[in-house]
Amino acid sequence: MQMEQLYQEIILDHYKNPHGRGLRDPFDAESFQVNPTCGDEVTLRVKLDGETVSDVSYEGQGCSISQASTSVMTDLVVGRSVGEAFKTLDAFTELMQGKGQIVPDEDVLEDGVAFAGVAKYPARVKCALLGWMAFKDAVVRAEGDSA
Amino acid sequence: MTSRPPAGAPAPTGNDSLDVATIRKDFPILQRTVRDGKPLHYIDSGATSQRPRQVLDAEREFLETSNAAVHRGAHQLSEEATEAYEEARRKIADFVGADVGELVFVKNATEGINLVAYAMSNASIAGPEAARFLLGPDDEIVITEMEHHANLVPWQQLALRTGATLKWFGVTDDGRLDLSNLDELVTPKTKIVAFTHQSNVTGVVNPVAPLVAKAQEVGALTVLDACQSVPHQKVDFQALGVDFAVFSGHKMVGPSGIGVLYGRRSLLEAMPPFLTGGSMIEMVQMARSTFAPPPQRFEAGVPMTSQAIGLGAAIDYLSVVGMDRITAHEHALTEAALRGLAEIPGVTIVGPTDMTDRGGAVAFVIDGVHPHDAGQVLDDLGIAVRVGHHCAWPLHRRLGIPASIRASFYLYNDLDDVTALVDGVKETKRFFGVS
Repeated sequence: MQMEQLYQEIILDHYKNPHGRGLRDPFDAESFQVNPTCGDEVTLRVKLDGETVSDVSYEGQGCSISQASTSVMTDLVVGRSVGEAFKTLDAFTELMQGKGQIVPDEDVLEDGVAFAGVAKYPARVKCALLGWMAFKDAVVRAEGDSA
Repeated sequence: MTSRPPAGAPAPTGNDSLDVATIRKDFPILQRTVRDGKPLHYIDSGATSQRPRQVLDAEREFLETSNAAVHRGAHQLSEEATEAYEEARRKIADFVGADVGELVFVKNATEGINLVAYAMSNASIAGPEAARFLLGPDDEIVITEMEHHANLVPWQQLALRTGATLKWFGVTDDGRLDLSNLDELVTPKTKIVAFTHQSNVTGVVNPVAPLVAKAQEVGALTVLDACQSVPHQKVDFQALGVDFAVFSGHKMVGPSGIGVLYGRRSLLEAMPPFLTGGSMIEMVQMARSTFAPPPQRFEAGVPMTSQAIGLGAAIDYLSVVGMDRITAHEHALTEAALRGLAEIPGVTIVGPTDMTDRGGAVAFVIDGVHPHDAGQVLDDLGIAVRVGHHCAWPLHRRLGIPASIRASFYLYNDLDDVTALVDGVKETKRFFGVS
């Protein structure tokens, strides 16, 4: 069954026990993203400390892919520099848009490699990217505000 | 154009059941496998239906023998194409209880509703005969909370353009239309009452008569979204007494790219156009133009032709099988699905759990499994269902759920599909470790 490859244990674990969930203060910027085809949504806040992502907090509802992906992302970006976080974001986006042909780099994506199977299901790629798009948008807003 | 009779011709008198095995042979796509060789269980006809060879052949035959731009040109092909196009219109009119001049071909039902909404906006620049379509800040548009976005967003936009107020009927906890405040909602201020004949989510069939009666009493126009009713039951627009109605070809074993707007003759005659340009004119001068009578007034440009012929063939197909038998068949499948799903712990039906006034759609949710994830596992088993909000986001919000899983049956489904669905839901629960 292909489903075990898609829904890896890491994904189901993050779905059932999400990391960093809940909206927290203080924050520099907030982004609301929605997937209009299925109604999945996420509200995400970013707190920057200079160049460092000091906190990401979020609330959302949606499928296991969208919610677990957001949870995994917080592990990958919090405590890193914005530059590093965006490199990881680019690697994850590339993996998702690779139609299952890209071998992910575990050193960069860590738990994010579990989403490699999602790339074979075009309808689910948007789910996996929802939280990441919210993060990118929130950082751009935060940097715009401080510029 | 003649289309050969469908292979699934009616059984001898006394046998009302459909010969589904024979019908399925007319639908080539149902023979394919999906996801590593699994037989396809297509239970998503509420989104779009599959098409039989007879429809595909009719389109191809037209294109190979008579294709030309209709209503223009003096050559033989143009004559034949126009004849075939208008013959399709006549056939479709007969099928839905309308006169031939009361049917306008549009791209889909969404365009049909937008046509009415924009024609009403355009009443402000039309003559006095269009006065009854004028909307202003003192007027109200009444819809329902169970509408598909196609019968919701165009009215929101019309309200924004005209200053009119949008109001709506609520929905009961089991997904039925709540008409308890009919007299408060529909008043002399009401200009339009727009509602769906059958919910695309819950399968609920709405009572048309009380809404039409009330609208007529206050002088409001009625607009019926018949997308989910015309493909599945005998519908007679004149008998229902609605002013406008829309439906789409692709949901009734016909082509995509063709839909139908029905409008009462006297209304279409007075209504200003939406899209303007070629074909829809009477006389054109440099500074101003006059318009053709309906239905041509509402069909600007070269229309979709093979699609209209295909829709005519679809109606032949459905007519030979018999709409009453299709309705009864879907009823039986829906009943079986409701029964099977109700026996699974943690499954909740969205909408009514009984068969009173409902069609062949069953929406449900599974405790602990998001619909999108359920749809993925079902897909892996070869079961095609719809997951999400099915373009009825406000209805889902009202019922307290972000999304649902919807199975929608048609004439080519059988009890094997129902069994596959029920077993698939059990497998979905097992896969995600939900007891």
